[in-house]
This record gives sequence, C-alpha cells and structure tokens, in this order.
Amino acid sequence: MSESVAAEHDYIGLSEFPTMETTPIMSDTTKTKTRDNNNNTNNNDDVLNFKATELRLGLPGSESPERVDQRFLSLKSSCPVSGAKRVFSDAINGSTKWVFSPGSATDVKDIKPAVPVKEKKSSTAAAPASKAQVVGWPPIRSFRKNTMASSQSQKQGGDNNNNSETEGEAKSGPEHCLYVKVSMEGAPYLRKIDLKTYKSYVELSSALEQMFSCFTIGQFGSHGGCGRDGLNESRLTDLLRGSEYVVTYEDKDSDWMLVGDVPWEMFICSCKKLRIMKSSEAIGLAPRVMEKCRSRN
Amino acid sequence: MDLRLPSKVLEHIFSFVDSNEDRNSVSLVCKSWFETERLTRKRVFVRNCYAVTPAAVARRFPEMRSLTLKGKPHFADYNLVPDGWGGYAWPWIEAMAEKSPALEELRLKRMVVTDECLEKIAASFKEFKALVLTSCEGFSTDGLAAIAVACRNLRELELRECIVEDLGGDWLSYFPETLTSLVSLDFSCLDSEVKLSDLELLVSRSPNLKSLKLNRDVSLDALGSLLRLAPQLVELGTGSFSDKLDQEAVSKLSQAFTELKELKSLSGLWDVLPEYIPLLYSVCPGLTSLNLSYATVQMPDLVELLSRCSNLQKLWVMDLIEDKGLEAVASSCKELRELRVFPSGADVDETNVALTEQGLVSVSEACPNLESVLYFCAQFTNEALVTIARNRPNLKCVRLCVMEPFAPDHKTQQPLDEGFKAIVEGCKGLQRLSVSGLLTDKAFEYIGTHGKKLRMLSIAFAGDSDLMLHHLLSGCESLNKLEIRDCPFGDTALLENAAKLETMRSLWMSSCGVSFGACKLLSQKMPKLNVEVIDEHPLKTRPDSSPVEKIYIYRTLAGPRLDMPEFVWTIHKNPEIGVSNLAIE
Repeated sequence: MSESVAAEHDYIGLSEFPTMETTPIMSDTTKTKTRDNNNNTNNNDDVLNFKATELRLGLPGSESPERVDQRFLSLKSSCPVSGAKRVFSDAINGSTKWVFSPGSATDVKDIKPAVPVKEKKSSTAAAPASKAQVVGWPPIRSFRKNTMASSQSQKQGGDNNNNSETEGEAKSGPEHCLYVKVSMEGAPYLRKIDLKTYKSYVELSSALEQMFSCFTIGQFGSHGGCGRDGLNESRLTDLLRGSEYVVTYEDKDSDWMLVGDVPWEMFICSCKKLRIMKSSEAIGLAPRVMEKCRSRN
Repeated sequence: MDLRLPSKVLEHIFSFVDSNEDRNSVSLVCKSWFETERLTRKRVFVRNCYAVTPAAVARRFPEMRSLTLKGKPHFADYNLVPDGWGGYAWPWIEAMAEKSPALEELRLKRMVVTDECLEKIAASFKEFKALVLTSCEGFSTDGLAAIAVACRNLRELELRECIVEDLGGDWLSYFPETLTSLVSLDFSCLDSEVKLSDLELLVSRSPNLKSLKLNRDVSLDALGSLLRLAPQLVELGTGSFSDKLDQEAVSKLSQAFTELKELKSLSGLWDVLPEYIPLLYSVCPGLTSLNLSYATVQMPDLVELLSRCSNLQKLWVMDLIEDKGLEAVASSCKELRELRVFPSGADVDETNVALTEQGLVSVSEACPNLESVLYFCAQFTNEALVTIARNRPNLKCVRLCVMEPFAPDHKTQQPLDEGFKAIVEGCKGLQRLSVSGLLTDKAFEYIGTHGKKLRMLSIAFAGDSDLMLHHLLSGCESLNKLEIRDCPFGDTALLENAAKLETMRSLWMSSCGVSFGACKLLSQKMPKLNVEVIDEHPLKTRPDSSPVEKIYIYRTLAGPRLDMPEFVWTIHKNPEIGVSNLAIE
C-alpha cells in the first residue's frame, strides 16, 4: 500500500519554487528565535535511560561486545584523531568546516588530500592496534565484524580459550579476557564469565555460587598438582559426597574434567567451558582425571 | 452499456497479478478495481513501518496472510542509527493479533522484536507458518521457545544476522514431537549449543525440510549425522568447519555430502580448514549459491573449489580470493549473476592488496549475466569502471566500496567522476548504486543526468557543495532511497527540492551541513513528511543555524510517531511554531 505513488504530490502547489532560492533561512528564523529558547526542555542532555533498559548480552554492567565495537569509536569533531592515518584524519577534522559553511567549495578543496594512496599506506605502517576510526566505516555490518573478530581470535588464541565474546583481536597474554560459558544442569539460563578476573579457585567458586545462588555448589579447590599431593579417589569422593553439584570444565582436548585438580594457571589456559552438573554424573570423571594426570607425569 | 467487469471476474484476473508494484498500479485505476484488489491481496509489503499505521493496513487488506515490514534505515547496519531510535514490532503485532488473526507469515527487517512480541505471535495467530527476522534485535531464546512450542503448523523459522540474547540451546527442544511441517530452519546467528539429539529428532521428523542453517556450535561430526537424516536439503548452512576429525569420520562426512543430490545453496563454512575443502567437491556442480564470506581459506583452495562450480549464480567471498581467484571464477562460473567480495581485514590497513580493480574487471568481461556487484577494495581506477560499464551494460546493482575515503584513481590521481559517469551512462537499467572514492560534484551531475532508473543511492565522503544534492534530487526520476553521510552540503538543495522528497521513500543525511532551521522549515512545508532530527549530543540552545547530526526524512500517512526517544526531534515536538511564522510563498 505504501508503494502507490500518489500523483497528488503537487497538491501543495510546491512543485515550483521560484522564491525558494532567494529566501534565506535567517530571516525566517528571527521570528522563531524566542521560541527556540523555550524549547530547551526538548533537548535534554541525558538521553533518558535507553541504555539502561536495552537488552544486552553478557553480565549486567558489562558492555556487550556485540554492541560496542571499540575499533569503531565515534569521531566527535572536538576529539583529535590519533594514529597515523594522517591525511584521512585531517579531512575528518576538517569536516567541521563543512558543517558550518555549507556550499563554500574553497574550504573543502583545502582539505581534500592530493596524496596518492600509496603514501597513505606507508604512513599508516606504524599504526597502533586499536585506532580511533569513523563510526560505520567501512560499511560492514556489525554481525560480520563481530563474527570475523571472534574468528580471528580463535585462530590466534592458540592456548587461550577464546570464545565468541572476546573483543577485538586476541593476543596471548594476561591483558585480554577469557570468556567461558557457564551452564548449569537444570538452570534455564547460561552465563558467561571472564576467567581472567579471578585469581584462584576460591574466587571462582564464590562467584559461581553467587551467580547460581539457588543451587548449592560443592567446594573445590585442591591447589596441589596432579599426582603430587595425591589427588586420589578418596579425596574426590569427599568432595562429591558433600554436595549435590560439582563444577566441571571442558578442556582443550574436549574432555570433561573436575574443576580444581590442576594449578590455577594451567586451568585457565585449558578451560573452554564450565558446567555445573549433578555429582552423580560427575563421578565418572574421576578416573579420567587420574589417567590424565598419570599420562602427564 | 455498463462496461464494468463483475468483481468475480476481476478477482480471477487479479489472482494472476503477483507483483505488488503491479497491484499498486491496479488499485489506482478506479474505485472498483481498488476495492477488488484490496480484498484479494494476500501478501502485503510495508517497506517503512512508520509510513502507515498498522490499523490502516489491517483495514485495507482484510485477507492479508503475509506481512513484510522494514524498520530502521539502512545505515543502521553500520551503527549510524542510535539505539532506541525506534522500529518496534510490537504495535504491528498487537494490531494484527486483533484485526488479522488469520495472519500466517511475518517477515521483519531491522526491527526491534521483544520476547513479548514472539509470545504474542505464538498466542494469537493460530495458523502461523513463517517467521523470518533479518537484522532484528531485542529478543532472547526464550521468545524462540514460545514460537516453537505453540506454532503447530510452523514451516519457516529463520533468524538472519539477528542480535539475540542467548540463554542457552534449550529452545530447540520445545518443538513438539507432533511438529512435522518444518521446511526451513535458520539459527545461524545464535551463540549457544543446541542439543544434538533434539536437532536430530527434529530433522528426522521433518520430511519437508529443505533449508537448514546451523550455528557455529554444531560440530562437523554432528553435521555428518544431520546430513544423513536430511539428504533432501536444498539449502545448507554448516556450522564450524574446523574440528579435527579422524579418517573414518572424514570419509563418512564425505559420503554424506555426496548424498545431497538436491543441494543448491551452501553457506556457513566458518573457519573451514583447507583439508576439508575437498569434502565439498561433490556438491559443487549443483550449486547455484555459495557463501564463502566467512571461510578464511586462501586463494588456491578457493580456486580449487570454485573451478568446480560451473552453475554458480551467486557468490559471496572474501578478498582472500584475490585477482587471480576472480580470474578463475570468471572462467569457470559463466552463469554468475551476483558477486559480493567482502574485506577480510577490519579496516583499510588490513585490506588484502592482492585484490584490486582488476578482479572485478575480469569477472565483468567473462560473465554475461552479471547484474549485481558488491565490491570492497583498497583502491580503484576510472579506466576499470569504464571497462566494467562497457563489458556489462546489464548491471542493475553496483556497490563499490573503496575502503580509503577520498581515494582517487590510483593511477591518475584524478577523482573517480569519469568512472562512475561511465557506469550510469552505460548501465541504463541501473537501480542501485553505492559510490566511494574521491568524487566531485561532477560525478553527481552525471548521476543526475543519466541515472534515470536509479532507485537507491548511497554516498559517503564525497562531493564539493550543495550542487551535488541538487543534481541528484532534480535529476534522478526514479529515486526512492537516498542515504548520504559526511558530504558537504546544507540547506538550499534540500529546500529547493522538497517536493521530490514526497516521491521518495526516505532520505538519510548524517554529518552533512543541514541546519536546524532548514529542518523546521521543511517540516512546515511538507506535512506529509516526517522530518526527524537525530541528535545524541544536542546543544543546550538550538539556534536555527546550528547544524544537526543526522536527519531522516520519510513520507508518511501516519503522522508523527508516538515512540520517539528523547534524541529524536520532529516539529510535532514544537507545536507552537505556527505555519504563519515561516512564510511560504
């Protein structure tokens, strides 16, 4: 219905504007100036609470990476553009000139670079990994950008267990996030946590307890290495007897292991996923853990 | 003598009129044709959800069974439209639940869809068959569960590049055992794992399943077993293609692929490892559509694959294909109609420099049916554009994205004006054009002069002055959608060509030089337009000379919309501005 192009667009009688070219904006607006001043309430600085109410992925309070692609920061005319994209950034800084003096061709010609592309490329050779960019350029859909970002991170991650929520390009090293999914049997939701924010099993345990607080989670936390202090079966059954649920994780080899058996650093390097499961299901894991430890030593 | 045909006869004749454009023309002929047409239209397209009210649509088309809606402007895809702008599906769903409960299909693009919406659909439309959401957001997997459990005759459930709050893979298990009608399932944009056993059960009880697009979490192993359950698939989107499989599993998977005798479309292939490319060889000759845009394999592997795809009509690939790979495509894929080449790197500096304008030239030379092109490239030349236009006058859609803004012809350092002139002059049926690179007003003079069939035009970082806009608005007769960012013009051209705006669906301008006063004036003169000023950082006082960040202008019969956020201004927020204050001659 919206497609029917009504022929009555002339009805206003505006198909010819002999006078429009000569009608300057300013003279009209002097009459409305006083009204503008009363309209400040319409232009509130705080943009309501839309950010607070929108649906986002991830933990409350965290920025959903799919919404905020930090490589594409919006470029305000007041911010200096960092980075070595010299010529382009000059033009963008100069864009404020366009805004305030429309139609003056001379201003714009000054800004236009005559520098060939090759030169630009060499000047950007030393650009830092994250640079201020123009919003929405190049015109690639967010879905694609996010998918490619997580693809790259999975390739470069190597030992890291980078899942789809990592931001930007992942490098191995302590400064980047290690998001893992945490699911719980019987719970209607799954969460994602950043393992880098915890320093020990104790911290992780309390965080999980808080997250899935309606269920009890067994205590874990043997800091001894495999086969050293003797991760033995009796120890495990102690753990398991005490509670209904245990925390397990999927490691690099896609095996499911009990959390708490290896040193923390080793754990975060190999953990891909966490799962809180019923202890009755976890009993079968113990022998595998033992075997793995034996084969490692 | 009464020359009117009885309505029964009219109805029968109109039942052969499929295209809505034709139906719109039909409805303009006379009142009785209008009446008959509206009572027989089953598929309704509303390409701007704010152009008309849901109630009006329901009233006009009582036999509507399928509704397609589009919400946000196209530039929302590139994060140019702030969150909270609008495009809410709820008012439509609520209205249709009441007035058109026989609705069977809902296709939404760039809209905000909540779980509430999905629950309402599930509860209200007893014969609901198809839900296709493209680039939508606002819902979670709980909403999907609601659809799955309630829609007993569901045929299509497709989520294309949506942003979904993923609460787990359980939603899939909500499809009841009695549901056997599934034809198409696309959950490729979801994050979490679905239970393989649920998926297998669903697939095995869906004999009509023709299209299955999995998400990344579905392993290669799982893919094998799914393919064995659904050898009748016509469209397949794989999950991640990078798991390590043992020899036996690989040969089983290979066998499964050879059983796909009907397969025409293949996508997914995330992170595909080069050693798995040969698994796909058996389906290549039958493929008409291949989406390799997430397949991070290098040119030699791509060539091996593509040289076997002699019937390919649609190819989406990354710039990893390089010029050499496109030459191979040119010689092997003679049926090619649509080519899209995406950048593999995130920005200009990471652009693959082995892909140049030459790649597109080769394809344009050798593929006689090529009509649609999307090409991201580091740089281009006028010569290449001239050649392409000469080779392919039948091009209908040309979207060239030179990654570096203001990049001139890299051989001559000239603007790309002459190149685009050749395109619009040579390709007389051109309907969609995106320009880039260094462009002066001249380019737009050419476009205005020659682009008579042009319906959609996208421009960024181009032009010198207001003249540019004037050329476009006064010259392009068929212009329907115009979107512009970061171009230097202001008020004059916009106001001079105000009437043109009512003949278009929409105009988007951001980071241009339009003043607040011009927006007010335009709103005054053109009550059938919604002139939306989008300013996330408005000045405390907004004098008329102050520039606006973004404006979105669209024709509408629905008047001011009631769901505007704080940062969107329309003149309806200033009702005290009377018409008399802004004199119109």
